[in-house]
Amino acid sequence: MNIIVCVKQVPGTTDVKINKETNTIIRDEADIIINPFDEYAIEEGVRIKEKVGGSVTVISMGIPKTAELLREAIAVGVDDAVLLTDKAFAGSDTLATSYALSMGIKKIGGYDLIVCGKQATDGDTAQVGPSLAEKLGVPHTTNVRKIEEIKEGYIRCQRMTDDGFEVVEMPLPAVITVVKEINEPRLPSIKGKLKSKKYEVKIFNADDIGADKSLCGLNGSPTQVIKTFTPVHDINGEIIEGTAGEQAKNLADKLLAMQFVKCK
Amino acid sequence: MTGIEIITDKCVGCKLCVKACMFSAIDMKDKKAVINDNCTLCGACVSSCKFDAIQMEKEKARKSVDISEYKGVWVFAEQKHGVVSQVAFELLGEGRKLADTLSVPLSAVLIGNNVPKQAKKLIAYGADNVYYVEHQSVENYNDESYTDIFVQLIEEYKPEIVLIGATTYGRSLAPRVASRLNTGLTADCTGLEIDPEERLLLQTRPAFGGNLMATIICPNHRPQMSTVRPKVMKPLEPDYSRTGEIIQPGVIIPENLKVKVLDVVQTVCETVSLSEADIIVSGGRGLGEAKNYALVEELARVLGGAAGASRAIVDAGWVDYSHQVGQTGKTVGPKVYFACGISGAVQHLAGMSSSDIIIAINKNPDAPIFKIATYGIIGDVREILPELIKQFKDKLN
Ligand SMILES: Cc1cc2nc3c(=O)[nH]c(=O)nc-3n(C[C@H](O)[C@H](O)[C@H](O)COP(=O)(O)OP(=O)(O)OC[C@H]3O[C@@H](n4cnc5c(N)ncnc54)[C@H](O)[C@@H]3O)c2cc1C
Ligand code: SF4
Ligand code: SF4
Repeated sequence: MNIIVCVKQVPGTTDVKINKETNTIIRDEADIIINPFDEYAIEEGVRIKEKVGGSVTVISMGIPKTAELLREAIAVGVDDAVLLTDKAFAGSDTLATSYALSMGIKKIGGYDLIVCGKQATDGDTAQVGPSLAEKLGVPHTTNVRKIEEIKEGYIRCQRMTDDGFEVVEMPLPAVITVVKEINEPRLPSIKGKLKSKKYEVKIFNADDIGADKSLCGLNGSPTQVIKTFTPVHDINGEIIEGTAGEQAKNLADKLLAMQFVKCK
Repeated sequence: MTGIEIITDKCVGCKLCVKACMFSAIDMKDKKAVINDNCTLCGACVSSCKFDAIQMEKEKARKSVDISEYKGVWVFAEQKHGVVSQVAFELLGEGRKLADTLSVPLSAVLIGNNVPKQAKKLIAYGADNVYYVEHQSVENYNDESYTDIFVQLIEEYKPEIVLIGATTYGRSLAPRVASRLNTGLTADCTGLEIDPEERLLLQTRPAFGGNLMATIICPNHRPQMSTVRPKVMKPLEPDYSRTGEIIQPGVIIPENLKVKVLDVVQTVCETVSLSEADIIVSGGRGLGEAKNYALVEELARVLGGAAGASRAIVDAGWVDYSHQVGQTGKTVGPKVYFACGISGAVQHLAGMSSSDIIIAINKNPDAPIFKIATYGIIGDVREILPELIKQFKDKLN
């Protein structure tokens, strides 16, 4: 079973502060990390390999620095890492990202299952998984919380829904996107760390994967960000004082008066 | 040309752009900003420069389709067990405004089996007409068949705007449809507006876990598609005397589907689901121990709301992951959000900061949650919650 895991680099989320003057985000530590959901995707890929055999490849489209992050995946049991990097990819929206990834994945070839994270913590769209599946012409299931069965040409999994879950089956190859509940990622082993130190990430540009540049990056992106701003939380928060009983009464009265909480 | 450029004559070397860049892509050389290889062309630095020294350009895009052929606003009426979900009515309320501004009709798309009453309801809530696809095999949501049908409808009737609720299904269907049509899709919008001159849809959405808002357009492709966060837009008062046409379009219902939904299990039946709830009561570490989560659940029940949780207590195994609110859990936007014993890490705030009213109950007056709270109570949740339950029980009867 050949598994491909899509991994995105995102800014580390530890210290987000807003510069009031310029309305922008100040980042003390401008590091990039592996998108948290993709850690679960990597772990699931490695678990499937350990169960049914095969190989796991991570693929990312990103800046050259991403190569260092992809080595972290090698340390937890991934076999190969591919980075698509090219100025032509810069400014991609989800459609252009999915196109580039689909071309990279076709170049790798011979895949059975593609695992994505549910969403990336910067763009936050959760669109790349389904959009990528469409570009590859394979079925997809989002928000997978458990794989019930996987074997040659077949997967059955549980998808988290708004009020519960459903059981979905698909033939392989297919794309799934995973939520946090699916597993608990392992820490790298010493052997893994050694392997990752020596590992050289495979780097492809747009020409290497045969991508049409008019479909990549800014040019291949139908959406355009025209403005960014920091949300204004119009809050002159009020602290309610008193004993527990008084505080509760005061708050309940306020909410009832605003009719947010209604008598039945 | 495509790319980003610093106009060195205008750059005064103030470094504001360096701070604005999330990707460490701007260096300073000889007191001038220089863009390096890390740049993803995300555009965030452009508006940070007060001296207009940063320019971003895109090649004149080829119009992929004749965009003037596309007319009308569409809303996807997601239904579950034969009942249209609330978010569809919210979208009709918003869609009505957009359609009126553009002087075009508003239509709903309903896919299901034997749900004509729901079609009538959509008209009462503002639709001028309903495209109703009825078939036994599409009674329940299926990514593959719904995508197929939706794409056929769009190709046939060519709407200029398509709005889809940002539910689990909506966020799976919309990107698949947009990808097949090679058009743009803006995710999880919280604001929609029409630019009257260009007739463009201005779509505003949170990104970076709610720390940044972005306004996005789709100028050269049609339809302009958005998923819209539930609980943000307002439905109209239903008017059952409104008339409209129910159209049963001739579409090919796909057969031999690859994707099969074997079982649908509802686990959140005792209360409302988090994404639909008007009131959410969430608990965190401050509850002290697992059994005190019952207080959270009870207040939620008394108020007719849903119970949520911080990541800390989900990881500790006190409650199921399906209750988790935040960056790696669910994003919610209720009218009232109670954060009980939750300190308010950015990852939690990312999932709930768009709530209308936030109530923070915490022992620690320095907890970050108080910074975004409409009302704060400094105290022990284990004492406050029973009092609140009592108050609301008395007053709601
Ligand atoms: C402020 C802002 C708002 C934006 N809004 C939109 C928008 O509304 N619509 C839109 O189309 N684009 C939008 N974009 C662009 C979007 O962020 C990029 O397209 C990005 O490359 C992928 O989207 P995402 O971050 O939302 O990923 P998601 O779709 O949330 O990612 C889901 C999964 O896809 C995989 N994946 C995603 N990106 C990559 C990658 N580069 N390499 C490998 N795997 C990957 C990962 O497994 C990830 O877990 C926005 C960008 C910014 C800065
Ligand atoms: S913000 Fe503008 S003026 Fe200041 S350093 Fe950057 S480019 Fe130059
Ligand atoms: S476009 Fe984005 S990544 Fe590039 S320099 Fe500006 S802020 Fe940094």
